[in-house]
Amino acid sequence: MTMTAEPENAAPPRAGPAAGRPLLQVRDLQTSFRVGKSSVRAVDGVSFDLAPGETLAIVGESGSGKSVTSLSIMGLLPKGAGRVTGGSIRLDGRDLLGLDEPQMRDIRGREIGMIFQEPMTSLNPVHTIGRQISEVVMRHQGLNRAAARRRAIEMLDLVGIPEPGRRVDNYPHEMSGGMRQRAMIAMAISCEPRLLIADEPTTALDVTIQAQMLELLRDLQARMGMAIIFITHDLGVVAEIADRVVVMYAGQVVESGEVAEIFDAPRMPYTAGLMNSIPRLGRGSRRRERLKAIPGTVPSLFSLPPGCRFAPRCAHAAPVCQTPPPLERIPGGREVRCARWQDITLDTPETP
Amino acid sequence: MTQPLLKVENLSKHFPIHGGVLRRVTAQVKAVNDVSFEIAPGEVVGLVGESGSGKTTVGRTLLRLEEATSGSVRFGGTDIMSLSTREMRAYRKRMQIIFQDPFASLNPREKVREIVSHPLRLHRIGSESDRIDRVVALLEKVGLGTEHLERFPHEFSGGQRQRIGIARALAVEPEFIVADEPVSALDVSIQAQVINLLEDLCQDLGLTMFFIAHDLGVVEHFCDRVIVMYLGRIVEMGRSEDIYARPNHPYTRALLSAAPQPRPGRRRDRVILKGDIPSPIDPPSGCVFRTRCPLADAECARVVPPLEAVGTGHLSACIKTR
Repeated sequence: MTMTAEPENAAPPRAGPAAGRPLLQVRDLQTSFRVGKSSVRAVDGVSFDLAPGETLAIVGESGSGKSVTSLSIMGLLPKGAGRVTGGSIRLDGRDLLGLDEPQMRDIRGREIGMIFQEPMTSLNPVHTIGRQISEVVMRHQGLNRAAARRRAIEMLDLVGIPEPGRRVDNYPHEMSGGMRQRAMIAMAISCEPRLLIADEPTTALDVTIQAQMLELLRDLQARMGMAIIFITHDLGVVAEIADRVVVMYAGQVVESGEVAEIFDAPRMPYTAGLMNSIPRLGRGSRRRERLKAIPGTVPSLFSLPPGCRFAPRCAHAAPVCQTPPPLERIPGGREVRCARWQDITLDTPETP
Repeated sequence: MTQPLLKVENLSKHFPIHGGVLRRVTAQVKAVNDVSFEIAPGEVVGLVGESGSGKTTVGRTLLRLEEATSGSVRFGGTDIMSLSTREMRAYRKRMQIIFQDPFASLNPREKVREIVSHPLRLHRIGSESDRIDRVVALLEKVGLGTEHLERFPHEFSGGQRQRIGIARALAVEPEFIVADEPVSALDVSIQAQVINLLEDLCQDLGLTMFFIAHDLGVVEHFCDRVIVMYLGRIVEMGRSEDIYARPNHPYTRALLSAAPQPRPGRRRDRVILKGDIPSPIDPPSGCVFRTRCPLADAECARVVPPLEAVGTGHLSACIKTR
């Protein structure tokens, strides 16, 4: 075994729950960022499949590579700084990495819808909401102006904006934060994309508004049947919305599988550590009880540990962890990156 | 019952909005409206609420970082609202604040040694060499070491920066700390470390803490009592056990049911509130929550519901659930 981090050449993962051809297939994705004269690999060998209509959550902390993974899929890496250096991203069999910018622009909007944490990332402040949605559907669906306006009103209605016939002529600044979120979602789904990528869309929202948004996304998915990739750091949101979850740490996938199974019995010590460090609701004050925190900090991408990237913080680390562990396929359609997963018993938060 | 360390009565804070060519006051943002509560020595009291609830303004007003519009704040029996700037200085030593953003609250041009000893110099405590000893001891207390003394804030992670902020707040040995969302900007795995640190410090130093947060799980774990605010008013308060097990106010119930829980498959009979939080410039008449409340009727628009006991030490401001 060498000590260098090798790209993953694992066999192709199984299909999602709705078996058949995956809608999106990411294989051994490598994305690097130039920082000064050197470069860092922010995403290092990420692979996963997404079935049509499925919801996949990619969860991780700062520096895990979850957002860079989503930007790589959308072809929106910051120009000149970030670059995909290896692997493939196939949407319905078509390799997105081989497309030029006009082709990619056509894919975004028509086949991939995107929503972000900050609605003003997608919305243009100088045009009305109606005009912005109309332009998307005129461009991608060839509707004329009148039909496009009708479509915009229909979309605003679909995302639960009251009085859509009046709101369609509002500028973004005339709407509340929650309304702007809905308008952004309306625009993202106006061409009925088969894939919606949601990058921390509820992170900045208050919990009562977040609950509305999660409900809306579930409802839209049920009606339109699109697949969703949900990028988040919040395990609560993962449990609420996703069928499957990919857990990332320091640029790599460390665990993946069905949400219910992973929450029930995590196999990677990092996943278990994350779950244990969240105080659970409904247990009363536990002031004298310490939270089970993960010691230390996320490693810098400039100085990654030589073996398992989580080993320096892991209570179960052993000499074997000095060798980079592969992402191993384990029973239950799951994957885990831990050399010791069969030898260790992980604590999990007791469920009441 | 012991004397409260902090007694807040009818506290209000309104921010004027200026408009027109004459810059006259055209409206008021009623950030905090008629808020009263007490904190006992050694207690950790949580304050939860969403954007616009006024929770940060309450914290800042307690320390006179904002001047209250009306009402009183008694600290150890003294009305600190009536103190002169000079008299207030002695109290500032006893009351400190930890800020949310560990990136914005530390001066990037100062070394850790300077940042943490700043309050000591300000209050003219000890000689220069005493101060260094004290800074070393403080860093150790928050889990940092002497090797960090000569470093700048940018050399630290978010969690470490928050530890520096905590060391700075502890430098003058305060009795009371306002912690304004101290873990909200931190990664999940680091949040737990900082919560554990705060808990240790409360135990070891007998600190009294006012903990402002929006994460309901963190507040339940860490706080003896909880105050829930909505649009500038307290809608419910009580012991953590009571609030979380038997929330009385419809807003508290909605808030608890909206919080996503890391337990898949748990389909709850969830209360999803309609609409957005109204503007604090023009809050609804009567009960401020009525525009989103599933129980509201015409009566709720007429009276501001008073906080009334619904259990031991458990108060709620709702005329429908009492």
